[in-house]
Amino acid sequence: MLRPIVRAALVAFVVLLASGASAQAPQRGGTMNIIISPEPPTLMLGINQTTPAAIVGGKIYESLLRYDFDLKPMPGLAKSWEISPDGKTYTFKLQENVKWHDGVPFTADDVVFTAKKYLVETHPRSRPIMQRAEDVIAADPHTVVFKLKEPFAPFIMAWEPSTAPIVPKHIYDGTDYRAHPANQKPIGTGPFKLAEWVRGSHIHLVRFDDYWQKGKPYLDAIYYRVLPDASARVVAMETGQAHLSAFADIETFEVPRLKALPHLDLTTKGYEYLAQMVWLDFNLRTPPMNDRRFRQAVYHAMDRNFIKDRIWFGLGKLATGPIHSSIPHYDQNVPKYSYDPKKAEALLDEMGLKRGPDGVRAKVTLDALPYGDVYKRLAEYTKQALGRVGVDVTIRTADVATWGDRVKNWDYEMTHQVLSQLGHPALGVSRLYVSSNIRKVLFSNVNGYSNPRVDELFDQAAVEVDDAKRQAMYSEIQKILVEDVPVAWILELDFPTFINKQFRNVVTSSIGVRDTFADVYMVPQK
Amino acid sequence: MQRLQFIAQRVLKGVVVLLGIIVLNFVLVRLAPGDPATVMAGEAGAADELFLQQLRKEFGLDKPLHEQLVVYVKNVVTLDLGFSYRQQRPVSDLLMERAPATLLLTGAAFVLSLVVGVALGVFASMLVGRWSDSLITVFALFFYATPIFWVGLMGVLLFSVTLGWLPSFGMYTVGANLKGAALAFDVSRHLVLPALTLALFHMAVYARMTRASMLEMKDQDFVRTARAKGLPESRIVRVHILRNAVLPVITIAGVKAGYLIGGSIVVETVFAWPGIGRLAFEAVLQRDYNVLLGVFFLTSFMVIAFNLITDVVYSLIDPRIELGA
Repeated sequence: MLRPIVRAALVAFVVLLASGASAQAPQRGGTMNIIISPEPPTLMLGINQTTPAAIVGGKIYESLLRYDFDLKPMPGLAKSWEISPDGKTYTFKLQENVKWHDGVPFTADDVVFTAKKYLVETHPRSRPIMQRAEDVIAADPHTVVFKLKEPFAPFIMAWEPSTAPIVPKHIYDGTDYRAHPANQKPIGTGPFKLAEWVRGSHIHLVRFDDYWQKGKPYLDAIYYRVLPDASARVVAMETGQAHLSAFADIETFEVPRLKALPHLDLTTKGYEYLAQMVWLDFNLRTPPMNDRRFRQAVYHAMDRNFIKDRIWFGLGKLATGPIHSSIPHYDQNVPKYSYDPKKAEALLDEMGLKRGPDGVRAKVTLDALPYGDVYKRLAEYTKQALGRVGVDVTIRTADVATWGDRVKNWDYEMTHQVLSQLGHPALGVSRLYVSSNIRKVLFSNVNGYSNPRVDELFDQAAVEVDDAKRQAMYSEIQKILVEDVPVAWILELDFPTFINKQFRNVVTSSIGVRDTFADVYMVPQK
Repeated sequence: MQRLQFIAQRVLKGVVVLLGIIVLNFVLVRLAPGDPATVMAGEAGAADELFLQQLRKEFGLDKPLHEQLVVYVKNVVTLDLGFSYRQQRPVSDLLMERAPATLLLTGAAFVLSLVVGVALGVFASMLVGRWSDSLITVFALFFYATPIFWVGLMGVLLFSVTLGWLPSFGMYTVGANLKGAALAFDVSRHLVLPALTLALFHMAVYARMTRASMLEMKDQDFVRTARAKGLPESRIVRVHILRNAVLPVITIAGVKAGYLIGGSIVVETVFAWPGIGRLAFEAVLQRDYNVLLGVFFLTSFMVIAFNLITDVVYSLIDPRIELGA
């Protein structure tokens, strides 16, 4: 008697399972509307590395590798790779049947051209990495060999699309790279190609049918909508007019509200490679910033939990030192700077900076970082926090160009800065502390920190082959720097990525929304 | 003949002023700290001296300022507005791409604000002291005093988010591939909120100005004479009062018409309208000198041209104005 019921229940279960499974399986078709702000100046990643350019250009251009959430390399245009035991030879086996968007086959010659000629001329971040190669050889059409002058462990971390986009030799070789018309009609190997760009409105990418990963991408098209106003971006996500926002598209104070909307998912993953950190920078050439006790006092005067919870609405983690916890060689065993205004006052007293009749010990100017509301709030908080221990802060505001001009010319006392660490301390951290990089150029060692031991350790660690030895060197660097406080590291930043629930597989690597989106698919609406 | 001579003189003066503006703009833009190379280096997240040198050479920034100025003026005289190295495109292309969107937005707002504003002003002046006059005055004061961006955001909140009647951004439905009447209807729907937002402020200005000017004219001797002659009230208002009262409105409208091509930074930003205002704003932030100078040139040209047109229209409407005076 029970048998038919059991059979029916079983059938129903199987049908349910099957329908569930089919709903989860990637499906072809669909269009994704993504917020982009500001509008990228060009999509050619070789000549522009802004985040918006990397987000859109990352669908058009590819590099040899991608990186998982733990920063382990994954195949990109290279299907496999080998590093010689002496750490000086890197051999990449390339994917076969890869075509450029104009139909020309992609070969090892393109990689050789990109590394030897193109990037060393156009790409300020990639140039010092590629110049470490003594030679780059196309061993066969699908094998590239890099012979380095000396071992350089982070070399394997330099192959994501905005750091090393592979460009077509047949288009660029022998031309003026920056002025080439192809920069407006990019030809890459990525899963999407440019269909139309209406400046000020949108960028339309369409599926590249000859993409080397058969069956991918799943989406038919992507529209990047240029939305310069923060409120308009929130409305676009809220009303479903846009399906994806990332980085600083949504102001931190709007995050709790959007998070509660049933049609949106929130993730903070996908920023591990960039590993952005915000810090308070001191110009070490000027008193009182040239006194370590003053810098330590400032560090103790800031309640960084307040900054994290009230300014970033929980989107971040307290930084413990110069290296972000998501990149290799991070060491948390360093001196800690807890919120301790009394200790801050004691340090300032020890320096001889006594409170005057007006309660002020010292006057300092802070250049607010002109990157949006959250940084204005950070500057205002810093003024209040330092004011409590008797340091009177005057906030100086400016636009990005003026701020950049002041900082690069060392014309500042304190400023906030935010920068990516690019997957490895040798790529994104050492540049801020080694004395050989004290230059009048943004994102170099502008504050003038100089410590021969730190210089030596950074130099040695970059070429050290042994992991344990390298770790010991980076650990010592972190200990010295945290004691010296050349800058006060505030937060490791998390960014909110809001994804409309109709879309799956959006953030699948540490490159996040800058990745190719070959795996993104849309599920039918119920 | 006298009118032609008047126009020729004004055109000549306009050309001289325009040349002066070109030089002044060039110098002013260069006085701002930072340059495009610094901005681009900052965006790259890394830079070195070689990178900065390359960029400065490409932008022509490695030459002395006076040489750059001479090259720029020579180019502008031949209507070559230069190249945006940041966007990798000729400035004239960028301006031409954005001009239709800007003219549609600012033109629609201009016509709407002028027609409705003047009508409200006339209406209020005729019913002075009554509740409808008070209502119009309060309306004008409210929109005159309220920041445009706030009006825009409230419009979005009400009509897009709450009611879902109108799109909140863009100029048309991207990806819909509409043509003909369907496209026109779609653009109109997108135009409503930004055009109304922009128009409300100017509408308030015109309404207040027309009302004040009408009230001033109402008590003039020639109006009393017209009434004594027994002319119908509608004719007195239309021909005698309005024709005189509208002169200051035309002056202001003429000046504002010149700025139409410059777009509206605030409205274009809030509604993601792809116009020249935003292009100019972004060019300021990015120190994209040639684009900024191109927008300045175009705006200056239009302001001078509309001033000229206003003067001519003025002389046509008001026979008391002597040409060549």
